[in-house]
Amino acid sequence: MSEEVTLEILRYRPETESEPRFQTYRVPYHEDWVVLDALNYVKDHLDATLSYRWSCHMAICGSCGMMINGEAKLACHAFLRDYRNAVIRIEPLDHFPIERDLVIVMDSFMEKLSSVKPYLIPKEQKPVRDGEYVQTPLQLMAFKQYTLCINCLLCYAACPQTALNEGFAGPAALALAHRYNLDSRDNGKEQRAEVVASDEGIWECTFVGACSEVCPKHVDPAAAIQQTKISASLDWFKARLMPGARR
Amino acid sequence: MDVISTDVAIIGAGGAGLRAAIAVAETDPTLGIWLISKVYPMRSHTVAAEGGAAGVIKDNDSLDYHFHDTVSGGDWLCDQDAVELFVNAAPLELMQLEHWGCPWSREASGKVAVRPFGGMKIERTWFAADQSGFHILHTLFQTSLKYPSIRRLDEYYATDLLVEDGRCIGLTAIEMRSGRVVALQARAVIIATGGSGRVFPFTTNGAIKTGDGMAMAYRAGVALKDMEFVQYHPTGLPGTGILITEGSRGEGGLLINKDGYRYLQDYNLGPPDPWPRLKAMELGPRDRLSQAFWHEQRKGRTAKTPYGDVVFLDIRHLGEKKINERLPMVRELAQSYADVDPVHEPIPVRPVVHYTMGGIHTDVNAATSVPGLFAAGECACVSINGANRLGSNSLTELLVFGECAGRGAATFAKTNSGAGSAAAGAAAQAFEQRIRALFTRAGASETVSGLRKEMHDTIEEGAGIYRSHASLQETCRKLAELRRRYANVQLQDRSNVFNTDLIAVLELGAMLEVAEAIAHSAACRKESRGSHQRLDYPERDDANYLKHSLATYRGAEPPEVSYCDVVITRSKPAERVYGGAAA
Repeated sequence: MSEEVTLEILRYRPETESEPRFQTYRVPYHEDWVVLDALNYVKDHLDATLSYRWSCHMAICGSCGMMINGEAKLACHAFLRDYRNAVIRIEPLDHFPIERDLVIVMDSFMEKLSSVKPYLIPKEQKPVRDGEYVQTPLQLMAFKQYTLCINCLLCYAACPQTALNEGFAGPAALALAHRYNLDSRDNGKEQRAEVVASDEGIWECTFVGACSEVCPKHVDPAAAIQQTKISASLDWFKARLMPGARR
Repeated sequence: MDVISTDVAIIGAGGAGLRAAIAVAETDPTLGIWLISKVYPMRSHTVAAEGGAAGVIKDNDSLDYHFHDTVSGGDWLCDQDAVELFVNAAPLELMQLEHWGCPWSREASGKVAVRPFGGMKIERTWFAADQSGFHILHTLFQTSLKYPSIRRLDEYYATDLLVEDGRCIGLTAIEMRSGRVVALQARAVIIATGGSGRVFPFTTNGAIKTGDGMAMAYRAGVALKDMEFVQYHPTGLPGTGILITEGSRGEGGLLINKDGYRYLQDYNLGPPDPWPRLKAMELGPRDRLSQAFWHEQRKGRTAKTPYGDVVFLDIRHLGEKKINERLPMVRELAQSYADVDPVHEPIPVRPVVHYTMGGIHTDVNAATSVPGLFAAGECACVSINGANRLGSNSLTELLVFGECAGRGAATFAKTNSGAGSAAAGAAAQAFEQRIRALFTRAGASETVSGLRKEMHDTIEEGAGIYRSHASLQETCRKLAELRRRYANVQLQDRSNVFNTDLIAVLELGAMLEVAEAIAHSAACRKESRGSHQRLDYPERDDANYLKHSLATYRGAEPPEVSYCDVVITRSKPAERVYGGAAA
């Protein structure tokens, strides 16, 4: 008989179940399958009632974040071969309410993302017909890493602070704010500081660094937050010690 | 039944939908907008585009060149007035994205950089490393948050358009979180739902690309145009179908067969220069490259893998530094999903369904034949792509025509009052009953996954890279059978909250309708042009088929296929020339 793997999947249907439970499925093992392929096998052949989000199957749309054996992962980027001979336990992302099965409620994240004003706020609007804002490869490099966030929310599931403080803006939103602050075309840092440097912003971060460890795109939100802390401190001192010197 | 009213409703929140929403907001900030999508905007499939977006910006380039590349690339099936508008608007749209913060890759001077792409005479593809679509989508989404009038209904699955007295007055949708059915009444509606690659089994398209919007417009009486033209991208990873961007060939990547031979030189694409010659060899157009693979396979010169035959894309000579700078995602994808590090080994690749050239028939203003209904992006066919789209034209297309649709819908909404809601209410009630019937249907025997598999098998068998009368007849017959059996599909999940089984049932219905339009349009076109290649009619036939096909919905019956003229202004149909002769 060909090899199989066992999945223990968290099931929760709020209309009929008062609390989540685990359901076990056995699926064929393929060397190059990812956990998402195994879920799709369940959906197509064993149990069409299982719900989860997915689309691209190439780690760029950010839909399929889930807890796999306790670690926050993209299901499309977690290979069965790395769990060989073990039961694979699949749960929705930590620190979010469960909407159903592996689907989380992500309203809070969408609000946080919006709250940091994640768009270019230029010093002055230049007409589009006048061409591009000149930006050297070095200036691009200064923030490029922080543009790579796919909003998969693995970092929120890994961060101990998001568990403790619901209002904490969190790694992805703060990294995105930093991305725009660092952009040579941008002049919106002060506007973003209202959220970024507030009680729900960078100062909530205790620099555990779990966010950067789980990030599938190597965005390093922990570094973004530390850099923002330093920059915000400097701004604070500048504003108080050298009145009038603030940019 | 909940009824929501607004000025402009936009279905689909990918590149085209977001661009349209911003255009509406900028045209008139007092207009109400609902942006509806079955996924959160950043999940939309624009995210997966890699190589870049074409627009003339450099001194060595010209709008004329972009025009002629596009028209000949499309095997003269492009509407030239649309292409004219497109190439003219392209640079400004791309520049607008720069002003919104898109992290375009740069030259040392700080100016935007461009790279070569297939079928383009001059390098004109703006890129953000090899994640251009990702950056365009996120830039548009994040920018859209600036506009208070853009409100979103995330994870609402739109099902049908509401049409009253021949005018589109809204749509029905299901709120996925609750299962609640809503009617959205709007003065103007824009469809921006993307392509339908998921009709095929092996595709670069994400799971969400099920042609919902095309099917909605089709059922509402708008023709689907040129549906027989389905683009195979020559370089997908075997098994998963993950896209390896044409940008890797733009940067100098080579295609070799199992013997290490640059086989494209045998297909009128040579000479095999060691440097990337534009419009030749690896920088030929996608249709020619995918067809060359088919012939190589016939000759036994492809390599066998458990996931089908492959050729190899070799980028080793670019070196690790350049690969990391220009093609970082390609490297990561190949390592993760093909267990190959392209710095050290060639990447196994095979042709994979990538893009739907056809779609909802629109005019150059992105308006459809139903007043109040607009369409833009891959779901639409404004006819700039003709019989074969050139790589990097589609990201630009969704910007140019997304903007156009937004402006058009805003103007329409301002000049037309809201329609009466009686018919809307009735249609919405009927829809609700249809959904309820699915829930209570008992003893039905068909499964979604079973029907989908049979659809995949027949469409690939009959309407692949090469087609014939016999193969298409069989596919048409099979699809009719599958549509009949679909009436007997069993919903397994009868809950309301995030019921993905229900969504899959509805998506399958859309895909079967789109598949039928593809197969019948292909069966009727008795010539070979661009991506549509007939073994029984190997030549292009301008006398009879220099025309757009129009597939019209006829309920349970197969579509009626008719034709309309191609708009030809200044480029008379001629032979497509690539390789050394194209210089």
